[in-house]
Amino acid sequence: MRSLLSTTAFKIIAAYLFIFVLFAGFVIGWLGFATQRQLTDQLTETITAEVRGLAEQFAVGGIRRLVEVVDERGNRPGASLYLVATFSGVPIAGNIGELPSGTLGRPGWIETDYRRAGESATDRPHRAIAQVFGLPGNFRLLVGRDLEDRDRMRDIFGRGFRLSLLVALVLGLLGAYFVTRRVLKRVDAMTDMSRRIMDGDLTGRLPTGGSRDELDRLAGSVNDMLGRIEALMAGMKEVSDNIAHDLKTPLTRLRNKAEEALRGEASDEAYRAALTGIIEESDGLIRTFNALLMIARAEAGNQRDGMAPVDLGEIARGVGELYEPVADEAGVTLTVAAGPMPVTGSRELLGQVIANLVDNALKYGRVEGQAGEVTVTVAADGPDAVLTVADRGPGIADADRGRVLDRFVRLETSRSRPGSGLGLSLAAAVARLHGGSIALDDNRPGLKVTLRLPRSADDPRAANPSS
Amino acid sequence: MQTMRILIIEDDREAASYLTKAFREAGHVADHAADGEDGLAMAMDGPYDVLIVDRMLPKKDGLSVIGDLRSAGRDTPVLILSALGQVDDRVKGLRAGGDDYLPKPYSFSELLARVEVLSRRRSSGSAPETVYKVADLELDRLSHRVSRGGEDIILQPREFRLLEYLMKNAGQVVTRTMLLEHVWDYHFDPQTNVIDVHVSRLRSKIDKGFERPLIHTIRGAGYTVRA
Repeated sequence: MRSLLSTTAFKIIAAYLFIFVLFAGFVIGWLGFATQRQLTDQLTETITAEVRGLAEQFAVGGIRRLVEVVDERGNRPGASLYLVATFSGVPIAGNIGELPSGTLGRPGWIETDYRRAGESATDRPHRAIAQVFGLPGNFRLLVGRDLEDRDRMRDIFGRGFRLSLLVALVLGLLGAYFVTRRVLKRVDAMTDMSRRIMDGDLTGRLPTGGSRDELDRLAGSVNDMLGRIEALMAGMKEVSDNIAHDLKTPLTRLRNKAEEALRGEASDEAYRAALTGIIEESDGLIRTFNALLMIARAEAGNQRDGMAPVDLGEIARGVGELYEPVADEAGVTLTVAAGPMPVTGSRELLGQVIANLVDNALKYGRVEGQAGEVTVTVAADGPDAVLTVADRGPGIADADRGRVLDRFVRLETSRSRPGSGLGLSLAAAVARLHGGSIALDDNRPGLKVTLRLPRSADDPRAANPSS
Repeated sequence: MQTMRILIIEDDREAASYLTKAFREAGHVADHAADGEDGLAMAMDGPYDVLIVDRMLPKKDGLSVIGDLRSAGRDTPVLILSALGQVDDRVKGLRAGGDDYLPKPYSFSELLARVEVLSRRRSSGSAPETVYKVADLELDRLSHRVSRGGEDIILQPREFRLLEYLMKNAGQVVTRTMLLEHVWDYHFDPQTNVIDVHVSRLRSKIDKGFERPLIHTIRGAGYTVRA
């Protein structure tokens, strides 16, 4: 019950109820007041008319005539009251038995208690509204009306007011209770579910009622968020599994080398060789680790602020120039066809990616016994800047093309050669970070890697892609 | 190489004692501070040639140590060591007043080569030379002419810059990463021995046909140009 009272729904309903009761009170109060006034006006009008009639009688027949008329009218049944009395208050005629003393001393409108003629002093006095006159000869005349009708009306209004207040309160509180309980039930269900999700059940989703109300909309967006978190967590898990596997393998090799050197009665030379091997192995590990960090950073997308306008063509030419002697030595013709191509990006990351692609092409992109050929191009395609690195090697089978973009995937054919298996997945992550994509195609024969990035908006050719 | 006084500000005792020992074996004097405040105090008092500052330090982080040092008007060269190896971390370090940045893990030969270059840059101080000379090899930085034994050698622009950097640091070991950073302005790992191929091309132009080679390979470290 306590939790029910502290809910938002209940508070809102209570506030509305308060306003409603205030309003109802005002309306009923005003109605009652207006009715009272109306009734009082009618009474005074009646009295005034009666007084006028009596005044005419008095004018015609003096006090004697007046006493006759008053006696006659006073005996009729009804709410009208009359009294003719001497200056000292001794009644002469009329249907009033008793008045509070001094009532007749002040001419004008009064409201007063009275008893009818013939009622005993033990009876409850009535209320009346009346007008008092002084008549020539020091007589007093009182004409009035009983107020019982008016007062009964006031009681009816008062009772009605209290009753409606009670009904409104009871209904309002009941309504508040049920509405709040309904809302509370749904919120409690959501709270339970989120506690379960916090405890580790990431597959859980908040219940929705299907009514598209505000709670459903809230639950819907929380569920979308949970979906994203679940996907990220799955990705994280996959990455850590891969890291565990692919870092442990070289670590084991490293350890084996050290152990092997310690086991035999090795010469200085053998120790030196083992230590050199260990350093090489750890350099490889560091390289893998760095690549993983770069991928993670690129995928988290928090390097966006490090981006600046760069020329993709210039970066490609720079990398081409860096690798040209290597290609030359390997008997591969490396051709770079790249004009200026402004994009927004990180020179370091793009350079690293192009270097990886060229490095891959030089390592795997040739058939034994044939002259190799690696071509790097940068060109505009609609709103995109497109970089391709193509070779004339054995290529990659259709089935494997999607797979090689994943982390650590190295095709059987390349396992024997050095490399971390992260080059292409870094390229894919960097492409995504730049808002672009990467694709592998058949170069007939060979492999063609296409990196597609959005061109800079300040490139005049990109501003009007149709031209 | 003359003796350098080096201050190592590094909180990992093992790494620090390894570095201190290695620098002493290389003929230098090395002191150690274990946190940022001590390090700053020692750097302000002592006449050090080079400071090696770890980025993450107790009490005062590496970048604020460098910032305070620079605001106090000290221009002692600083090499930043950091586990954060990304490009933007490097830029942050250099912007804070560092002169060089080396991500962990590093090889000692790489660190030594960089520290020696930093220290010599400071001691040579005066106006930059326009002509570098090593034995009978001459490189004119203004006319971009290279000659050996009085005969002109034609170099590609990149080959020229490679030789220029090697000769600027003549007598000192220059690592492959240093060459990649200063000649190509790349801070990534090119995976392959690209630098070796470039140097061997340069060597074939400079040393071929001469009795005494000038470009030497230092095993496990890099290259040096000396007579």
